[in-house]
Amino acid sequence: MGKLVKISGPVVEAEGVANASMYDVVKVGKLELTGEIIRMIGDKVTVQVYEDTSGLKPGEKVETTGLPLSVELGPGLLTSIYDGIQRPLAGIADKSGSAFIARGVSVAPLDHSRKWDFDAVAKSGSRVKKGDVLGTVQETDLILHKILAPMEGEVRSVKSGRYTIDETVAVLESGGRSHEVSMLKKHFVRKALEVSEKLDPDIPLITGQRVVDTFFPIAKGGTCAIPGPFGSGKTVAQQQFAKWSDTQIVVYIGCGERGNEMTEVLTEFPHLVDPKSGKPLMMRTVLIANTSNMPVAAREASIYTGITIAEYYRDMGYDVALMADSTSRWAEAMREIGGRLEEMPGEEGYPAYLARRLAEFYERAGRVRCLGSDERYGSVTIIGAVSPPGGDINEPVSQNTLRVTKVYLALEAALAQRRHFPAFHWLRSYSLYAQTLDKWYVQNVSSDWVALRTEAMQLLQKEAELQEVVQLVGPDALPEKEQMVLTVAKMIREDFLQQSAYHEIDTYASLRKQYLMLRNVIKFHGRAISAIDLGVQLKRIVSMPVRERIARMKETPEEQLGQIESLNAQIDSDFDALGQKE
Amino acid sequence: MMMREYKTITKIAGPLVFVSDVSDVGYNEMAEVALPNGERRMGQVLESSKGLAVIQLFGPTAGVNISGTKVKFLGETMMLGVSPDMLGRVFDGMGRPRDKGPKIVPEKRVDINGAPINPYSRDSPKDFIQTGVSTIDGLNTLVRGQKLPIFSGSGLPHNALAVQIARQAKVISKEKEPFAVVFAAVGITHEEAAYFMRDFKKTGALSRAVLFLNLADDPSVERIITPRLALSTAEYLAYEKDMHVLVIITDMTNYCEALREIAAAREEVPGRRGYPGYMYTDLSTIYERAGRIRGKKGTVTQLSILTMPGDDITHPIADLTGYITEGQIVLGRDLHRKAIYPPVDVLPCLSRLMNLGIGKERTREDHRGVADQLYAGYATGRDLRALSAVVGAEALSETDRKYLEFADAFEDKFIRQGHDQDRSIEQTLDLGWELLSALPPGELTRVKKDFIAKYGKKFRKEEEAKKE
Repeated sequence: MGKLVKISGPVVEAEGVANASMYDVVKVGKLELTGEIIRMIGDKVTVQVYEDTSGLKPGEKVETTGLPLSVELGPGLLTSIYDGIQRPLAGIADKSGSAFIARGVSVAPLDHSRKWDFDAVAKSGSRVKKGDVLGTVQETDLILHKILAPMEGEVRSVKSGRYTIDETVAVLESGGRSHEVSMLKKHFVRKALEVSEKLDPDIPLITGQRVVDTFFPIAKGGTCAIPGPFGSGKTVAQQQFAKWSDTQIVVYIGCGERGNEMTEVLTEFPHLVDPKSGKPLMMRTVLIANTSNMPVAAREASIYTGITIAEYYRDMGYDVALMADSTSRWAEAMREIGGRLEEMPGEEGYPAYLARRLAEFYERAGRVRCLGSDERYGSVTIIGAVSPPGGDINEPVSQNTLRVTKVYLALEAALAQRRHFPAFHWLRSYSLYAQTLDKWYVQNVSSDWVALRTEAMQLLQKEAELQEVVQLVGPDALPEKEQMVLTVAKMIREDFLQQSAYHEIDTYASLRKQYLMLRNVIKFHGRAISAIDLGVQLKRIVSMPVRERIARMKETPEEQLGQIESLNAQIDSDFDALGQKE
Repeated sequence: MMMREYKTITKIAGPLVFVSDVSDVGYNEMAEVALPNGERRMGQVLESSKGLAVIQLFGPTAGVNISGTKVKFLGETMMLGVSPDMLGRVFDGMGRPRDKGPKIVPEKRVDINGAPINPYSRDSPKDFIQTGVSTIDGLNTLVRGQKLPIFSGSGLPHNALAVQIARQAKVISKEKEPFAVVFAAVGITHEEAAYFMRDFKKTGALSRAVLFLNLADDPSVERIITPRLALSTAEYLAYEKDMHVLVIITDMTNYCEALREIAAAREEVPGRRGYPGYMYTDLSTIYERAGRIRGKKGTVTQLSILTMPGDDITHPIADLTGYITEGQIVLGRDLHRKAIYPPVDVLPCLSRLMNLGIGKERTREDHRGVADQLYAGYATGRDLRALSAVVGAEALSETDRKYLEFADAFEDKFIRQGHDQDRSIEQTLDLGWELLSALPPGELTRVKKDFIAKYGKKFRKEEEAKKE
């Protein structure tokens, strides 16, 4: 049995731990705190402890569990809320009987006593490949959980019925041995789950957020970084994506963030209804909450716990969106532990392996052909928030993240301060998927989608150039057409890009609505320019009442999109009338 | 618990004392150091390894020596004895009575480091706290269980604003609920502390307040302890005595300086600007001790004050705080120079929990829209100010000039208010509508149309109202 020799913060040293290997989970001290071996020198091991180490003394016991840090995968994950090492927070609260997180509480991640209705899909006597569906469980009203074959072989027996996750549901014969398969699977969190093939991301993730879907689309299986200073709306953006994205599963990791924010998610999601099925969103959600004041080592693990759960559902053929809020806190946890290990620091004190860890994490995203013979496709999309110090992205976490992510949504404090939400800057953000996804938009929304978007973006760029002139000479010195550009760019910003997450209708806009809205604004611009050519005074165009109707398009419910559509003709007739009066 | 005493100090460096040949010493355990002259000082174990313990002293190491000093390990982490009798009392930064009153007979002893609240057991903050300050109530609403710091600068009237809030804060509800203030002075001057005491005494708030004072000339290491004592007391009063507690901590900048001082003494690898890399985590163990818990009546609301060095909001102290707290109230020097009190620079201000506390049946249904419209209007006006300074006000359009006037009126009427002026939320929102009525109706796109008719109309001039 091993013994503690040194304790200083969340990193402790022990010697004489029998049969230990790197990354084994160990139980530390009398309280049996959970830890992980992160360094071995001779007989000494260094352990990062996932709980507060106050009161530990040299000489207390340290024992290895012989297993690396793993997650339990199986029915019952959905609707759960876990800490960074997959301890169910509800279970901790029940067991400790306290509103505070006590130390050394050990609760199984999944309910091992609950019985699930297992429907056998595979036939006895048939041969299955690794990843083939053996049977299904209706995990929640929204999600059918698929139990997959862990190896290739012949199905000896498989039977429908009510089982706990530990009971055998099927027996496979493989390599001359028979294997009992239960619904529970354990997986080492630091290693990605296996897939057949990674595919190009060519389907957009529809978020219902106009600035994202129209200008900076995210692909299913893609990666997106949202860096921004505090108060610029990172968390609201993440929550909007979680609520409205057209994925079947959402994994939300609150990594080192505020406790009340997690509470908000917890209290809001059960009441929010999935627009497609009318069921609570919680039924497709797994939450990982390791708030800022919870132990720092568990924060480091939380990202891996989350992505492994996301991959597990991807392998069943689902589209999964993973929100990580915030990856900066994760990097800081690495820095803190690296510092305690007295590692040679890299840039700004972060460990030299920061770039590798970030790249490895984002590389676990992707659209894939799953293992198995039935051509299932699934995806994991990662949307990671970054919290750069002082909002300046010239720092290691932001820079290393931007090197591996394909969509950059640039949050800006100046926009947030004037309550332009979502505060993504339209000129600094980019999406490298835009071109690949154009085909999809043209096929599924409208043939002039790309043209509209391009024109709107050009107007916004032109506005930025003109603003520099305006700063020197005032807007009146500009030619009327350029003044018109300023007016229309303002309309694009205020009537299209701005979207209120708290407005019951505006919070989500379908692609059809986005398209119709943008078409009206661009139409207005086209007609306004020709009207100026005909000699209509700018003042009269600017004061047209139809502009207010354009401004209120966002409040039009999805069922009444006809109103926005007919506004197009209204713009025409109003301009015709204006021309005649002249 | 067996007391263990050692006379085996081998090294003293800064506030750190190294003791060898020890056994059975726990990490974070408290220790008592007895000086040769009989004086006793408290310390905490920072590192415990086989046969060696490193102790951080709370207080100077002057007078501590290698041969004659004794160290006693107390077998437990730092605890605070708490009791309802603490209300109305003044303590020092280590929790000892400072007001010459009797010792507190503790009802129970609590670990001052607390434990993280299980996010599952938290309840969403929702009760609107009316502070009577328009810029806070109208634009950055505070709710019970929130942590909302004041970002200030040296020489700005943050203390006056803090006492005004402490005095005026109330929840508009039918039943009378027990309310308490826990005040922690962290490294502030005697004069500042006296200002708070005087105001608490004058308004009778002292009888429902608990004060912990670590003044500028008290040992800086104690500053690590003081906020935690205050929060432990607050948690006890809130979650066990069903009180609604407002915690005021001033000044968190001094706390961070103390943290840096200790980190330097321990020869740790420094992070940004010499502050330790774990400052975010450390600050979170203070700020996160606010909130509501399901099934408990009491709440802990935190109002911390920090002075931004050089008025720089990107300074690590302000920056890390902003990432943990649920918004911030920022004081601006420009407004202060214009003699506007309270000089709340509303643009960088934010209350993240505002939406939980406002709207129909809480404040008023038009609240969100009015706040957004005021923000947008003031932001536009401020931009135009810069522009008009270059091109002259004449070169601006009529609408733009209206925005300029709006921005001035907003500062003069909405932001400015008296030290004792307690505005109700109705008054604040109506004031907002009154100011908005100076803008053309077509510009009010942030508010719902029905609300313009319902609340805004009465402030418009008659002929204009007809046109609408």
